Amino acid sequence: MNMENLTALSYDLRKDVIDMICAGKAGHIGGDMSVMDTLVALYFNQMNVTPDNMDDPNHDRFVMSKGHSVEALYAVLAKKGFFPIQEVIDTFSKFGSKFIGHPNNKLPGIEMNSGSLGHGLPVSVGMALAGKMNGLTYRVYTVMGDGELAEGSVWEGAMAASQYKLDNLCAVVDRNRLQISGNTEDVMHQDDLHERFRSFGWNVIDVKDGNNIDQLNAAFEEAKTVKGKPTVLIANTIKGCGSSVMEDKAAWHHHVPNAEEYDQIMKDLEARKEAALNE
Amino acid sequence: MSKIANKQMICEVLMEAAKTDKDIVALCSDSRGSGSFTPFAETYPDQFVETGIAEQNLVSISAGLAKCGKKSYAVSPACFLSTRSYEQAKVDVAYSNTNVKLIGISGGVSYGALGMSHHSAQDIAAMSAIPNMRVYIPSDHLQTKELTKALLKDEKPAYIRVGRNAVDPVYEEGNVPFEMDKATVICEGSDVAIIACGEMVGPAKAAAELLKEQGISAAVVDMYCIKPLDTAAIVKAASNAKAVLTVEEHAPFGGLGSMVSQVVGSECPRKVVNMSLPDAPVITGTSREVFDYYGLNAEGIAKKAAELVK
Repeated sequence: MNMENLTALSYDLRKDVIDMICAGKAGHIGGDMSVMDTLVALYFNQMNVTPDNMDDPNHDRFVMSKGHSVEALYAVLAKKGFFPIQEVIDTFSKFGSKFIGHPNNKLPGIEMNSGSLGHGLPVSVGMALAGKMNGLTYRVYTVMGDGELAEGSVWEGAMAASQYKLDNLCAVVDRNRLQISGNTEDVMHQDDLHERFRSFGWNVIDVKDGNNIDQLNAAFEEAKTVKGKPTVLIANTIKGCGSSVMEDKAAWHHHVPNAEEYDQIMKDLEARKEAALNE
Repeated sequence: MSKIANKQMICEVLMEAAKTDKDIVALCSDSRGSGSFTPFAETYPDQFVETGIAEQNLVSISAGLAKCGKKSYAVSPACFLSTRSYEQAKVDVAYSNTNVKLIGISGGVSYGALGMSHHSAQDIAAMSAIPNMRVYIPSDHLQTKELTKALLKDEKPAYIRVGRNAVDPVYEEGNVPFEMDKATVICEGSDVAIIACGEMVGPAKAAAELLKEQGISAAVVDMYCIKPLDTAAIVKAASNAKAVLTVEEHAPFGGLGSMVSQVVGSECPRKVVNMSLPDAPVITGTSREVFDYYGLNAEGIAKKAAELVK
C-alpha cells in the first residue's frame, strides 16, 4: 500500500473511531485522532503483525501504553483483520462488550492489558530483553502520551532500557501537548523532553509532523539502524487531528460529538481523505 | 535438624530447574543478597536481570519477559513488592495473566527493628484482593521446596511470601505431605481447630502439644495456600471442633483470620478468634521478640486456645 493510500486510510479509520465513540457514547477522542498515524505506520508499514502470525515467537510486539486511545487501536486492528469493525462500532463500551475502554488481551491482536499509565515502557523493556535472551530479531514498540510521562515508572523503564542496550525497542511519545487539565506545559512541563531521554541514554528522533506517515516511517527506519541504545520518537502531533471541530482543544480529550459536530467532523475527514488521494 | 531459610530453598529449587530450563529468569531489585539469590545470579548470569532499586520496573519487566515466553521469578522484599509495585502486580501480572511469580522475601515482621516501612503485614489482604492472583505462605523450607516445584509446573501468576530467617522445620525430610492448593493437616483434634500459615505454623504445632498435656484436643491446619483458600479443609477442621483459632503474621484485617471467619460463618458457624499483629506499628525488636510480645508463640497460642474451649 503506498503512502497516499495510507494517509487516506488513516482518515477512514478516524471515521470508524468517531462512529465507535458516538455509538458507545464514550471514548478518548482527542488522543485517538493524534495517535492514529503512528498506529497506521506501525501496523501497515513497520510491524510484521497479522492475525495469522501471533503465535510466531518472532512477531513484532506492540504495547499501547496510552491505553485510553484504544478506539484508534480497535480501528487499526479491525482493518488488519483481527475482528470485524462493525462489531466494535455496535458494541463498544456497551454492557457485556468485549470492546472495553482500554486494551484487553482477551481480544486477538492485543498482548498486554493497559489503562493505568506508565506501564507500557517497563513492560516493553521486558519484551525486548526476552528478544535479546532468545536471540530473536523482533522489535518492540510502545506508544506513550506526553501527559503520561509524569509517571515515575516511565523513567524506571527508560533507565533499564539503556542499561540493557535495548536497540530492539522503539518508543513513541504522542506529543499532542494537551491533557485533561489543559496544556501539558502548564500541568507538568515536558519541553525538555528530548534532553531528558538523551540523558537517560536514549537515541532521540524528533518527528516534526507526527501526523505525517512518511515522516513517521522515516523515523522508524532510522531507529532500526541505531545500535546499542533504545530509540524514542517524539512525534509532534495535533490532538483531535482530522477536523477543526476538535483540533487542539483540551475539552475534546474525551468529548462525545453531538449530531451537528458529528456531521462536520465526518465532512472534514472525508475532505482530508480526498485531498490525500489527490495529492 | 537441618534448617535453611525458605528464600534460600526457593533459590536452590530454581537453580536446579534452570540447569535444563533456559526460560527461567530470576529478577532482583538490588535484592539478590537479601533474597539469597546471589548464587543464581552468579551461576546463570544470562538468566538473571537486575533492575536496581525499582520495584515497579521489576514487576513490569517480569511481565514483559513472561509475555515473550520466559518464566519470571521477581524476588524483592515483601514490604515493597506488595505495596510499591502493587499496581504492576494487579495490571501487568494478574490482569494481563502473565507467568510471573512474585517472591516476597523477608515478609511480615522479618525486618523487625527496621520499622513499619519494612514490614509487610498487609500483603495477604492486598494480594488476595486481586483477581487472578494466588497467594502462598509456606511454613518451612521443606514445604517451600514442594511448593516451588509445584509452581514451576504452572504458568499462572502467584505471590509467595517467605520470611527472612530459617525456621525450625515443621515437617520431616523425606516425609512432607504436600498437595498443591490443599492445606496440610498436621494433626486432628476435637476441641479446637488451629489454622495457621507461614511462620505461625511451627508455634501452632507446638501449642497443640502443650494443649494435649492439658487434656485439650487441638487440630492444626497449615494453610499455606491462602488463595485459592482450601475451604474444604477449614470446614472439616471447624466442624470437628467447638471453636476455631487462626494465627497469622499479618494485620488483623483481611488476612487468614478474616478469610477463615467468612468460611466458618457461612458453612459451619462457631466461634472464630484471630491471633495476629495489631492494627498499629509493631514494637521494636527481632521478629521472635515481636512474636513473643504479642503472644504469637506456642504458649500464647495454647493459652488463647484453652480460653476458647473453657
